[in-house]
Amino acid sequence: MSEDITRHRYVDGKPRLRRFHQARWDEPILFELSRPGQRGILVPQVEPEIRAEVGDILATLPAGMRRREPPALPELSQPQVVRHYFRLAQETLGTDLNIDVGQGTCTMKYSPKVHEALARSPKVTELHPLQDESTVQGILEILYRFEQIMKEISGMDRFSFQPRAGSAAIYTMASMIRAYHASRGEGEQRDEIITTIFSHPSDAACARTAGFKVITLYPDEDGYPDLEALKAAVSDRTAGLMITNPEDTGIFNPRIAEFVRVVHEAGGLCAYDQANANGTLGVTRAREAGFDMCHFNLHKTFSSPHGCGGPGGGATGVTKELERFLPVPLVSFDGQRYYLDYDRPDSIGKVAPWYGVVPVIVRAYAWAMSLGAEGLREVAEIAVLNNNYLMQKVLQIPGVSAPYAKGKRRIEQVRYSWQALYEETGVHSEEIGLRAADFGVHYWTSHHPWIVPEPCTLEPTESYSKEELDEYAAILAYVAQEAREDPEKLHTAPHNSTIHRIDHSPLDDPARWAMTWRAYRRKVAEAQRPEENAS
Amino acid sequence: MKRLGLIVNPVAGLGGRVGLKGSDGEKVQQRARALGAVAPAPTRAAQALERLRPAAGEFELFTYPMEMGEAVARACGFEPIVIGEIASGKTTAADTQRAAREMMAQGVALLLFAGGDGTARDIYDAVGEGLPVLGIPTGVKMHSAVFGTRPESAGELALLFLREKAGLREAEVMDIDEEALRRGEVRARLYGYLRIPFERPLVQGLKAPSSPGEREAMRAIAADVAEEMEGGVAYILGPGTTTRAIASHLGLPKTLLGVDVIRDREVVALDVNEAHLLCLLEEGPARVIVTPVGGQGYLFGRGNQPISPAVLRRLGRENILVVSTAQKLQALGGRPLLVDTGDSEVDLWLCGYYRVITGYRERTIYRVSC
Repeated sequence: MSEDITRHRYVDGKPRLRRFHQARWDEPILFELSRPGQRGILVPQVEPEIRAEVGDILATLPAGMRRREPPALPELSQPQVVRHYFRLAQETLGTDLNIDVGQGTCTMKYSPKVHEALARSPKVTELHPLQDESTVQGILEILYRFEQIMKEISGMDRFSFQPRAGSAAIYTMASMIRAYHASRGEGEQRDEIITTIFSHPSDAACARTAGFKVITLYPDEDGYPDLEALKAAVSDRTAGLMITNPEDTGIFNPRIAEFVRVVHEAGGLCAYDQANANGTLGVTRAREAGFDMCHFNLHKTFSSPHGCGGPGGGATGVTKELERFLPVPLVSFDGQRYYLDYDRPDSIGKVAPWYGVVPVIVRAYAWAMSLGAEGLREVAEIAVLNNNYLMQKVLQIPGVSAPYAKGKRRIEQVRYSWQALYEETGVHSEEIGLRAADFGVHYWTSHHPWIVPEPCTLEPTESYSKEELDEYAAILAYVAQEAREDPEKLHTAPHNSTIHRIDHSPLDDPARWAMTWRAYRRKVAEAQRPEENAS
Repeated sequence: MKRLGLIVNPVAGLGGRVGLKGSDGEKVQQRARALGAVAPAPTRAAQALERLRPAAGEFELFTYPMEMGEAVARACGFEPIVIGEIASGKTTAADTQRAAREMMAQGVALLLFAGGDGTARDIYDAVGEGLPVLGIPTGVKMHSAVFGTRPESAGELALLFLREKAGLREAEVMDIDEEALRRGEVRARLYGYLRIPFERPLVQGLKAPSSPGEREAMRAIAADVAEEMEGGVAYILGPGTTTRAIASHLGLPKTLLGVDVIRDREVVALDVNEAHLLCLLEEGPARVIVTPVGGQGYLFGRGNQPISPAVLRRLGRENILVVSTAQKLQALGGRPLLVDTGDSEVDLWLCGYYRVITGYRERTIYRVSC
């Protein structure tokens, strides 16, 4: 009997593991491909008549803005550049290639391509932030209308879209907390921000960057945020609470209202990190939990792609009482026209140039409008259903567990632990991920610190079908079995991937890390002069 | 080629399964054997060596004869270079110490030893901080922090170190009085420090930057504590590398194992005892700065006995400052910090939540239990 080729990857309803091998191009970096004299476009000389009419166009530029020497750019032809980037693109496991549930806490979801077309429309890309308001009423209207949607989702009273990422939004919230206490004459005294160890690490990091002391709470014995620890932490030095809920474990804090009450009674403000709100959209709101402010990552929950760390959108909302501290300008509407409101004397100022990353806001607005209020709630419901379905499948694999809150369901993600498998086989969580790459899927361990030993965090958003979740779970089950039968295969993984293993140690070493070609060349040269270094 | 030393204490752990709380001394070993004990050391050493097996060509293995390493090394498929001599079946602490000294003379990069607290003590007596070592946990008592969490992880860590992918840190060697332990009393003191490999996270993704090294973490803690110090207050520093970092930050000496006192950025006294501390407390305000000692997370009652129940009563809870690197707290796996001062009333009073100083302007609320 011939195989049903439309179902060839399934046997008896179970996924057959993919036979996958990633492209490997051994591609040098762009600067190494450069050859003197190679070029992309040869711009024709200007006709003599035009030159005579216009003169030397460069002479119109101020001397200080003119380069004395041409920039040291690589010299390549156009097709060489195209091939270079296409090859690199094939050497990734990006979200358009794999079942992207392995990057927990990042809310990887499908960004509809039609929204991409909107964001890339010349109507968006040809705008300039210095244009007169009267000529950009359309985009200001989108910003204004999207603010109304975000207010409804969160219960907050006013939003700024200026922060360009989640951490920028958290920094903005920390800055507003400081401005609030300063306005009451308590700015010096209230210098402590409280967070939990399973909140997103940005909550602690951004509070520190904004100049606060940070107090971290460990969970109680059941893995829930520890209310008694919070009571021990608050004082008249408390500036605020900055937490994630559900936490990075996927566990929702059942005492969140009490947390907020305790901090408010101590005189602090409460900031809700909703970078990842995928499990709570349309279900719970920051307002009802008593928070004073919150932020959403438009590049997570609201579908805009992460784009290799940016650009993103950190929509930041506050209650009426705190509105005056928001960054300038806000987008307002006077009944006739939309305008940029700079007249805000108590504002913390600007946290980024202009008004936010407009293409990201366009995608997020299109996404919310295409779903509607009921659709947004359905996103949360399917995401939670997907997550608990996958958890059920994953926990059937011997060697993995979901620490804390035993027997309880999770919201939108789960922090698993492969500790039992590690103890049995010596295979680390990281190696499970490297082996999973051989089947064409991405897998991530977790943020440091690894309070959960041998962790991995899976977050299957609403974008993935049951069959895809089955395939992902089947890959993990296969790899875990392989850890028992042939651990060496995992110790040496990946085998079908672009690069075998990368030495990450330079990332920790200022003498060896290099973020630019210039830094790379300098550091290589320094490393090749050992005698000089020794002296 | 790099050289790795291996010493197996063949009697380590002998007393454990038969409930003897240790294996120190020939009489105890005889009693353990009479009770049917089999020493777990060779099996556990083999579990560690298995992890080194795939890299056998990368280093030379030096070991002592027969049950002190040779046997298990050969069983695991190594061809070790065997040095020294022993009287098989009658090895003692002196053999361990001699072996460690001879390995150091052979220039081994790392000495892997299978044993317990007693073996760690012997190794410390022989080589001190002169040689990086790592314990394969085998013994009954594991109060020292020089062991891998499991035999396999000791093997992995040794391999990382040989491949220059692990750093070194100082770890506590604890001295527990076995005779007292058999009577149900734990009498521990901090015996010394050995240098052990320190694993940094193996691989870091974009969103998982490694935590700073422990040394940087200690410097951050020291900077914070120094900044908050008040004039005229005596600061009693308990033993440990974290408290030593505070003294170093102030440019002051610190005994690693003792309790020292500083005031107004000057040393008042080094290595004080309880009576001395009680006298000092009469002179004026004082605070104590302690860090959890050993792998168990003891805050008081292990290694810092001069800070006695009487001293703590006099100080009051508000004058106890706890410092710890975040890594040390994480290593507790969620278990609370412990106190065991010998005075149950004081222990009870010490229980509760503390603001542990974990970095510069960083605190962690952590529970202390008894």
